[in-house]
Amino acid sequence: MTAFRAALSRELLVLWRSPAEIINPLFFFVMVISLFPLAISPKPELLALIAPGVLWVAALLAVMLSLDGLFRRDQESGVLEQLLTSPVMTVVPVTAKLLAHWLLTGLPLVLVSPVLAHMLQLPDRVLGVVMLSLLLGTPALTVIGAIGSALTVGLNRGGILLAVLVLPLYIPVLIFGAGVIRTAVEGGPVPGVLAILGALLALTASLGPLAVAAGLKISSGN
Amino acid sequence: MVWQTLKRWYHMLGSPRYFHTFSSRVLPWLTPIALITLLTGLVWGLAFAPSDYQQGNSYRIIFIHVPASSGALMGYMALGVSGLVAVVWRMKMAEVMLKAIAPFGAALAAISLITGSLWGKPTWGTYWQWDARMTSMLILLFMYVGVIALQNVIREPRQAARAAGLLAIVGVINVVIVKYSVEWVQTLHQGSTLKLFGESTINPAMKYPLLISMLGLWLLYAVNVLIRARSEVEWRERRSKWVQTLIRTGGK
Repeated sequence: MTAFRAALSRELLVLWRSPAEIINPLFFFVMVISLFPLAISPKPELLALIAPGVLWVAALLAVMLSLDGLFRRDQESGVLEQLLTSPVMTVVPVTAKLLAHWLLTGLPLVLVSPVLAHMLQLPDRVLGVVMLSLLLGTPALTVIGAIGSALTVGLNRGGILLAVLVLPLYIPVLIFGAGVIRTAVEGGPVPGVLAILGALLALTASLGPLAVAAGLKISSGN
Repeated sequence: MVWQTLKRWYHMLGSPRYFHTFSSRVLPWLTPIALITLLTGLVWGLAFAPSDYQQGNSYRIIFIHVPASSGALMGYMALGVSGLVAVVWRMKMAEVMLKAIAPFGAALAAISLITGSLWGKPTWGTYWQWDARMTSMLILLFMYVGVIALQNVIREPRQAARAAGLLAIVGVINVVIVKYSVEWVQTLHQGSTLKLFGESTINPAMKYPLLISMLGLWLLYAVNVLIRARSEVEWRERRSKWVQTLIRTGGK
């Protein structure tokens, strides 16, 4: 537990001191979303129709791109090797790192999402569902993406390869994340779909860090 | 007794050298059997099976479509099992298998998608629909591509195989979740008419050629995997004595 807390505060501090890594995904999210009304049509009824998907695809890409360099700096500075050889199980610091990363890059997306949902002409009554769906979905996206990030850590051509590995794995989260907003817009029962999203989060949050740790071990040749 | 034999088999085939001699004994008769079975099934299905009362002759693409789809799915499951063995027990042959299984499976997924869309045009009136099974197969193809891409960028072969293995394990879990999640979105595809146990809803005159061509394609897949695994084993063990002797004697 102390190891977890130490790792968490270290990761938070490191991220906090490189604000670009926090701000860039957030601006990416906002920018991608503002492309759609310009590219498709600013008609309110059309925007409201595509809004759930647009919000979710943008959030998914923002999370994925923020993960590209998740372990790179640690690897270059040798911290990763220390982490793998330390007496603490690798899962502990890995979980702390994922939590810190989500708190500073995933959570901001959740917080700005109601504003963007409103700009995409979604009715006000679904804004809560939008936030809730992203609150449950983005941590799952962070963990799944981190598996890809761990497997590609030593390779100097991250971006596209990470996308090829990770995007197929994102599809269930995307389907239910966007699906729950759509259900809410149509006035259907939301709790069941939210529960499935929560189940996906439980699955990824419990088993994901193990896979990330295994991936880091493989990538470092141990 | 059976368990003991299986266990011994597993360990013996885990040795690259034993696998090599084993495969050179199996391949000469497995290859013709696979080809003959596949051809029998295809010729029977394409030329002799009765035509469908509703779809006419267009249904005959089923004799390629269904075997390809099942092969692609089974291939990914095999990839997941090899991945588990490679990551957990670090068995060399499982690493080789990871590399040998992926390409043919990806090709089958592509064939399944192409034949499916060609079949869709006359029966559903469209080449493509975002229906549950088509979407799952497309995602399966993406995941094959991911495994192959990851194997290709990592230079150290053992590390590449283990990384791809971990991805395949995660992928197998994902296949299952994807299947249910896309079904949740919508379904247009017909349900499965072929059941191994219980009553099939397909005409027996169509069922047997379908089963035979399925079996033929699976055998052909096995032949392909064996050939790929052999050359991979030869490459990996190129510095060992037995491969050197093999090269000197010209493969005899």
